[in-house]
Amino acid sequence: MILISLIAWLLAGGLLAWYSGRWGGNWPRWISLITLVVHLAMLAGLWAGYAGKANLSQPASWLAETDLPWIPALGIRFHLALDGLSLLLIVLTNFLGIVAVAASWQGIRYRLGFFHFNLLWILAAIVGVFLAADLFLFYFFWELMLVPLYFLIGIWGHENRIYATLKFFIFTQASSLVMLAAILGLYVIHGRGTGVYTFDYSALLGTQLSSFTGTMLMLGFFVAFAVKLPVVPLHTWLPDAHTEAPTAGSVDLAGLVLKVGAYGMLRFLVPLFPRAAAAFAPVAMTLAVAGIIYGAVLAFSQRDLKRMIAYTSISHMGFVLLGIFAWNQLALEGAVIVMLAHGISTGALFVLVGDLQDRMHTRDLDRMGGLWSIVPRLGGVGMLFALASLGLPGLGNFVGEFLVLLGAWQVNIPLTVLASLGFIFSTVYSLWLVQRAFHGENTNRWRLPDYNRRETGIMAAMIAAIVALGLYPQPVIDTASGALQTLRGLAPGYHQTQGSPGAAAAVQDGKDAGLPAGMASGAARDDGSGA
Amino acid sequence: MLSLLFLIPLLPFAGFAALTLAGRWLGRRGATAVGAGSVGLAALLALALGLDFLLAPPAGHAYSQTLWTWMRVGSFAPGIAFYLDALSLVMILVITVVSFLIHIYSTGFMAGDDGYRRFFAYMNLFVGSMLTLVLADNLLLLYLGWEGVGLCSYLLIGFWYRDPANGRAARKAFIVTRAGDTAMAIALFLLFTSLGTLRIQDLLGLAATRWQPGSGIAVAAALLLLGGAVGKSAQLPLQTWLPDAMAGPTPVSALIHAATMVTAGVYLIARTNTLFILAPDVRLLVAIIGAATLLLAGFSALTQRDIKRVLAYSTMSQVGYMFLALGVGAWSAAIFHFMTHAFFKALLFLGAGVVIQGLEEEHDMFRMGGLRRQLPLVFWTFLIGAASLAALPLVTAGFYSKDLILWDAWSSPDGSPWLWAAGLAGAFLTSVYTFRMVFLAFFGRPRGAAVSRRPGRSMQAPLLVLAVLSLVGGFVEAPKLPLLSDYLSHALPALPAGGSAALELALELIAIAASLAGVYLAYHLFLRRPEQAKALAETSAGRLLHRWWFAGWGFDWLYEHALVLPYAGLARAGRSDLFDLAVTGIARLAAGTGRLLSRTQTGRTRWYAAGIAAGAIIILALMVTS
Repeated sequence: MILISLIAWLLAGGLLAWYSGRWGGNWPRWISLITLVVHLAMLAGLWAGYAGKANLSQPASWLAETDLPWIPALGIRFHLALDGLSLLLIVLTNFLGIVAVAASWQGIRYRLGFFHFNLLWILAAIVGVFLAADLFLFYFFWELMLVPLYFLIGIWGHENRIYATLKFFIFTQASSLVMLAAILGLYVIHGRGTGVYTFDYSALLGTQLSSFTGTMLMLGFFVAFAVKLPVVPLHTWLPDAHTEAPTAGSVDLAGLVLKVGAYGMLRFLVPLFPRAAAAFAPVAMTLAVAGIIYGAVLAFSQRDLKRMIAYTSISHMGFVLLGIFAWNQLALEGAVIVMLAHGISTGALFVLVGDLQDRMHTRDLDRMGGLWSIVPRLGGVGMLFALASLGLPGLGNFVGEFLVLLGAWQVNIPLTVLASLGFIFSTVYSLWLVQRAFHGENTNRWRLPDYNRRETGIMAAMIAAIVALGLYPQPVIDTASGALQTLRGLAPGYHQTQGSPGAAAAVQDGKDAGLPAGMASGAARDDGSGA
Repeated sequence: MLSLLFLIPLLPFAGFAALTLAGRWLGRRGATAVGAGSVGLAALLALALGLDFLLAPPAGHAYSQTLWTWMRVGSFAPGIAFYLDALSLVMILVITVVSFLIHIYSTGFMAGDDGYRRFFAYMNLFVGSMLTLVLADNLLLLYLGWEGVGLCSYLLIGFWYRDPANGRAARKAFIVTRAGDTAMAIALFLLFTSLGTLRIQDLLGLAATRWQPGSGIAVAAALLLLGGAVGKSAQLPLQTWLPDAMAGPTPVSALIHAATMVTAGVYLIARTNTLFILAPDVRLLVAIIGAATLLLAGFSALTQRDIKRVLAYSTMSQVGYMFLALGVGAWSAAIFHFMTHAFFKALLFLGAGVVIQGLEEEHDMFRMGGLRRQLPLVFWTFLIGAASLAALPLVTAGFYSKDLILWDAWSSPDGSPWLWAAGLAGAFLTSVYTFRMVFLAFFGRPRGAAVSRRPGRSMQAPLLVLAVLSLVGGFVEAPKLPLLSDYLSHALPALPAGGSAALELALELIAIAASLAGVYLAYHLFLRRPEQAKALAETSAGRLLHRWWFAGWGFDWLYEHALVLPYAGLARAGRSDLFDLAVTGIARLAAGTGRLLSRTQTGRTRWYAAGIAAGAIIILALMVTS
């Protein structure tokens, strides 16, 4: 039941916040904040409970599960399940939710109740996505996420918001329909083969598929996830949506919505279609490297600060894609850490741009410059997160990117070398950002207030998080490792099919090959590092 | 006592944290106390610890200390762990002592700057990172220190951020070295994947047993590490950032761009010497890079007008000597030269800083002159530094270290007379450009303004201490009494003795002659007959060479046109995102088609009837013909 309450609490908080909009004042803000803080306490309790036991870092069945009949005639169940991976991502969701509420404290001035309703419902839907263990339910939450986000950008966004929301909606909606078709295809094929028509995740694992249908269905999922992640060339909705969204929307988009795409690949795409995914891996990894470089080059040339950060997102998420399709322990742990670190660092940069825009009413880099001398605290924060972005060791992004590359090296050396160039290109754009916004002479004679206590508090929390992740990521690694081992156990044939230089890892994977596909596969403790 | 090792890097880091977070409450005095005090404590601790280490060496002449496991994923488990042996001990002693002296100097030098606190925060961060770099027990932690010093270099070069030129120099330094760092990161992937660990000592042991000398993998690993080293140490072909790095405050140039950070590449190669021993071709490449850099930089130093740029090229050239030594397997000679160079080059930079500040930010040596009388203390200490740099015989530290490198370059099994000759030519160039600087700045008649500001005690004391060190620092390694090499042999392979004593003496005399001849030439051309120098530079060949050397042999131009401009052009061309153009193209097409078709919705019955009729006819026709 705890899993249902994780979602229901946010939904209820959202409704109350909407209603409280009638009372005026700060009611919706406080209600949202309290809802999220209580939610955080629930999560902390859960995490502490699991961390005490050994089952987090061991491959095992779910940590918690709720399975209720929903539409029995169609084999649809209300099946929620939690493992270490979902737990981490839900914690990130909550953290960025609090950040979004706190960062919008002064920026949002009209229709407060409805704003916070949308915010909380987005978070609830995302939590649902991370918990769903039934494909129909997953799709339900996947779509539920979209509507409040549409309102959030469309109502509280910037100048060009209508264009951006339309584009965003068309991209995600079209790709989601492709995924729906793939889900239905899988449902039907599984039903015909076994006589059991079900959308249940565990049941659908290991469905026998011919290589052609497997590939087609896999691509159906891939398109939907690739749009969200985003993967070049399906990324073009992202710069517009991020740029036009209000700060809270950008934080949620970059921090969470993109992660949903990565999560889908980890949880569904590879385990459901291991062979098709493995055959597709070289293509996916090439797209990943293309994204890393393309995003970084374009980020360098942007004049709109927000747009620039949006392009850096594309670059960073390339590392996630690379890690997922390298599919060994190092790369997967790395991908999870990049997801978290990117959520924090890019989230912080979007909050920072929002703060700048509130003060300057522009995001144009050409009109900035020299801000360091007037808002040193803000400048220092910007510098720190720019450094996180360029992968400075000691900050979270480095740990993730390094692990991804270390894992990917065992699978594909040339692509890893190309991806490493991302280190250079990210340095170029990060330093350029700092130069254009903060260094130089304050030629436009800006006189802005520096960070107040609320803003300093938000940034202090985010800095603490990114430094902790950079210097002591072990709790996160341990929390994810059991879930990741289970996932790897679900796709035992991955590295054989791939037939790549990751031969060492493949041999170890071979040990799992005889195990039945299922949640409690108890994958052998392999490290996949090939060492 | 040794268990306090972690405090040595931690103290400066704590200083950084205090200055950043609590800077406002500290005030200026507090900032001085924290900034210089943290490094001073670290230096004291390093001295005490070093003494303890010397008197009661731990088993195996090495001590390791693990604070915590940084990240553990399967068998990949690098720690936040430090490793102290003879090599890292020498490094931390030099780093902490020189850093402390420069911090003391900075309290005077930066006194009037409104970024005083920020300056010390960055400097402390740098010292902490540099100590982490040399104490790291695994390559990943070393990489953390490595990137940390790169960051501080960027922050401090661009310290006076209001001038975009400083920002440009800072970015250039960071990006160029980052290119090398990326090669180094790839080396880490390669080493871990094939050896299964990043702990330096384990890794070297495994490589020695598993890899064949000259095997492809050993060559690849050594080459990639070399990529990192040439970036940080400003050697060919990644040397271009160092002269521009002089945009930073002068203490920064002394500390980061002379004494410590630029020698990180030397440390890296010495630390991973086994890998380079397994790759003889790469070692030869190291020696050639060193020789080429020391010559190219020497020629460029001859033509500069800016006193700091002379010193920058000189640093590049002296680090070239260290690379030359590494290349021929003279590991301890390289570390010896690192040490003496840290003393005399820091001294020269600090002296130049006094001069520049005294003359109201005048960098041009041709507008100085006659400073001997106005700044006597600076003159004498600068002269000592210059003598050490030019390796004037017997009394200077630089003489002993450079002489050792020259002899090893000839006599080592991997050495050759060619490498020795390059080093000798470099020694001649060194003493010419060094004394050109001395004669132009301190002798003759004043050509510019008079000195308006004299150094206080906080700036004089470090000059004196460094001058003493520049004189006596060489005695730790007299030819007959190689204390330092003997000690370093606990950590670095010793070079087998080669050649005869007579040959050694003969070569030594030639080297002495070369450096004295250089001084004389400088005296002749820049003090006695400056018109001859001018005439020489006015010939057409002279003018061409002068321009070429002055511009650092055109590397900047080449990189600007081959890399920077194409990249910027590409980025600008793609600004509006080609893929987005395709998407919006589809959208426009759909909208356009819709508009076109909507024209047919005229609302006139006649048109509709005609349309239906035409359609019916076409369908009928198709049915009939098929």
